[in-house]
Amino acid sequence: MSSVNAAHSVVEPSRTSKRIAATIVIAYAVITMIPLVWIVLTSFKSPPDSISYPPKIVFQPTLEGYCNLFTTRTRQTPEYITSLGAPTSTCDEITRSRNMVIAGPSNYWPRFQNSLVIAFGSTFLAVSLGTLAAYGFSRFKVPLAEDLLFFILSTRMMPPIAVAIPIYLMYRQLGLSDTALGMILLYTAVNVSLAVWLLKGFIDEIPREYEEAAMIDGYTRMQAFFKVVLPQATTGIAATAIFCLIFAWNEYAFAVLLTSGAAQTAPPFIPTIIGEGGQDWPAVAAGTTIFVVPILVFTILLRKQLLRGITFGAVRK
Amino acid sequence: MAEIRIENLRKEFGAFSAVEDSSFVVRDGEFLALLGPSGCGKTTTLRMIAGLELPTSGKIFLGGEDVTFNRARERDIAFVFQLFALYPHMNVRKNIAFPLLAQGVAKAEIRARVEETAKLLQIDHILDRSVSGLAGGDRQRVALGRAIVRRPKCFLMDEPLGTLDAEFRDLMVRELRELHNRIHATTVYVTHDQLEAMAMADKIAVMNHGIIEQFGTPQEIYSRPATMYVADFIGSPPMNFLRFTAGLQKGARSVVVDGVDISVPEIHLDLEESELALGVRPEDISFSDVSPLRGAVFGSEYHGTNQIVAVEMGKGLVKARVPADQNFRIGETVGLELNYDRLSLFDCKSGRAVPSSRYAEHHHG
Repeated sequence: MSSVNAAHSVVEPSRTSKRIAATIVIAYAVITMIPLVWIVLTSFKSPPDSISYPPKIVFQPTLEGYCNLFTTRTRQTPEYITSLGAPTSTCDEITRSRNMVIAGPSNYWPRFQNSLVIAFGSTFLAVSLGTLAAYGFSRFKVPLAEDLLFFILSTRMMPPIAVAIPIYLMYRQLGLSDTALGMILLYTAVNVSLAVWLLKGFIDEIPREYEEAAMIDGYTRMQAFFKVVLPQATTGIAATAIFCLIFAWNEYAFAVLLTSGAAQTAPPFIPTIIGEGGQDWPAVAAGTTIFVVPILVFTILLRKQLLRGITFGAVRK
Repeated sequence: MAEIRIENLRKEFGAFSAVEDSSFVVRDGEFLALLGPSGCGKTTTLRMIAGLELPTSGKIFLGGEDVTFNRARERDIAFVFQLFALYPHMNVRKNIAFPLLAQGVAKAEIRARVEETAKLLQIDHILDRSVSGLAGGDRQRVALGRAIVRRPKCFLMDEPLGTLDAEFRDLMVRELRELHNRIHATTVYVTHDQLEAMAMADKIAVMNHGIIEQFGTPQEIYSRPATMYVADFIGSPPMNFLRFTAGLQKGARSVVVDGVDISVPEIHLDLEESELALGVRPEDISFSDVSPLRGAVFGSEYHGTNQIVAVEMGKGLVKARVPADQNFRIGETVGLELNYDRLSLFDCKSGRAVPSSRYAEHHHG
């Protein structure tokens, strides 16, 4: 590795410049982390603590936000509540202390499941289609390849909201409004351009001799693709999958327009929590915290691939 | 093992013609080297035999069967790539077993054949190693193993020693030739290195600009080059050309170069007045004080057992390979004696050798 570094920088950076660089990186990381920390802290605050000014750094943590996130509650008289007997859970207890009882589960969990299905489903489709298309563009003489590739990329240049209304009308006609399938197709369409471009870069780097060797060894091109090309493209596929997943997971504009009930994803749902019984910031923060977890886990697991995905083309092997 | 027969093979990439009308036969068990500079069409020819490129026209026969349009996997051939193309996600054993898996060979037999092959190549101790950590020579042997293990109809090799360093190349050249002697596999070997071709091949096809300039044994190609291109490409230093203009008659036994009469092998063709070149290998020149063919010593390179002396002849340098113990002063006038029955005569316009008693059987592409 040292020889690689030597090729890029002739002089080892001085200690001062290293310190300056470290300071900038740490400062940037802290600034970036503040909203996340704020959200996580808020999710464990009680509603009064969450809106107190100046914001409380030290407070009595409570699960009230999480309880409120997952339940719907009704206000009852204290007489009725005392007649109920012992509380059955922590959430039950917290809810009763606010003169309310749990009426049933909230919509958060179904919405979160929608998000999982739609984000992972569309990521899987976009990466699968993208890998095959990228392989085709990389290995075969596709007529008008340059124009097609530019066309594919150009679909990404347009702000999604610009086509939201036509897609809304189209989906209503096709019966795809507020369906998971519709959202999967839509996110796949948006992501496939990114997937094709990223993966073409990765597959271009895999020497075609590998497939040629496999084909001479007695395999069909398809077998060669699965047995030889795919295993070597895993890094690229992982990086591409993360980018696609982040987009599909976070997408708000289409989701708010095209989903309202059965297929609603978490992003348009979370803001609606605020209206249920006053300004329930801890519940919103709890919803956001849980929403961030899957992406956080995935990114940490695949951070090496992600980094390589960002710098691909710049690093050789 | 099988014979490879190529008939009028052509390959065009758009307007560029990579291979033009090539025909040759590699006999069963023979080692053919396709030799030429980069871009001469040798790799394209090999890839067409392999089925990795389809010819524009012409036919390819493997063991008598027309395989021109068969897919690579249907041809039962093995290919060793320049960069080996070892599958990086598999270990040595799996790499070698890969072609057998495609054929559906039973597990126990795969194991036995992989181990037998590894023993033959002396890589049985690294079978369970990852291929990414292997040294160049071992990679080479694994690539060969993957080719040998399936017992194909023929081996095709695309500059397999190109990336090895010089010392290792010599070793692998010997190993490859020994291997060929042991398993007698029909082999087509692409290289730009004449020494490799000379050292290993039974037959050499010298290619240039998509044309096979000459097809023959290394001895034929070296001592009776069919064209000036071959004469110039083979040999280090290459053949010297003494250019002159003359008309010649069938049966002539001498030519006049710069007013000096030089004996040549009997000419078998009438030639009109044209520009000709007398071709002479450096080792067929000796120094003689009485020779009327004279020039001034320009410089010399010492090679240990011999030396290459460059002599300025007025029209250019002539290089002679002479014993190392002879001493020359730069500028000294010397007489050159040519070994007359080793001379070639070329027509400069066509570049082809003029038929003579030395060129009774004339090979050309």
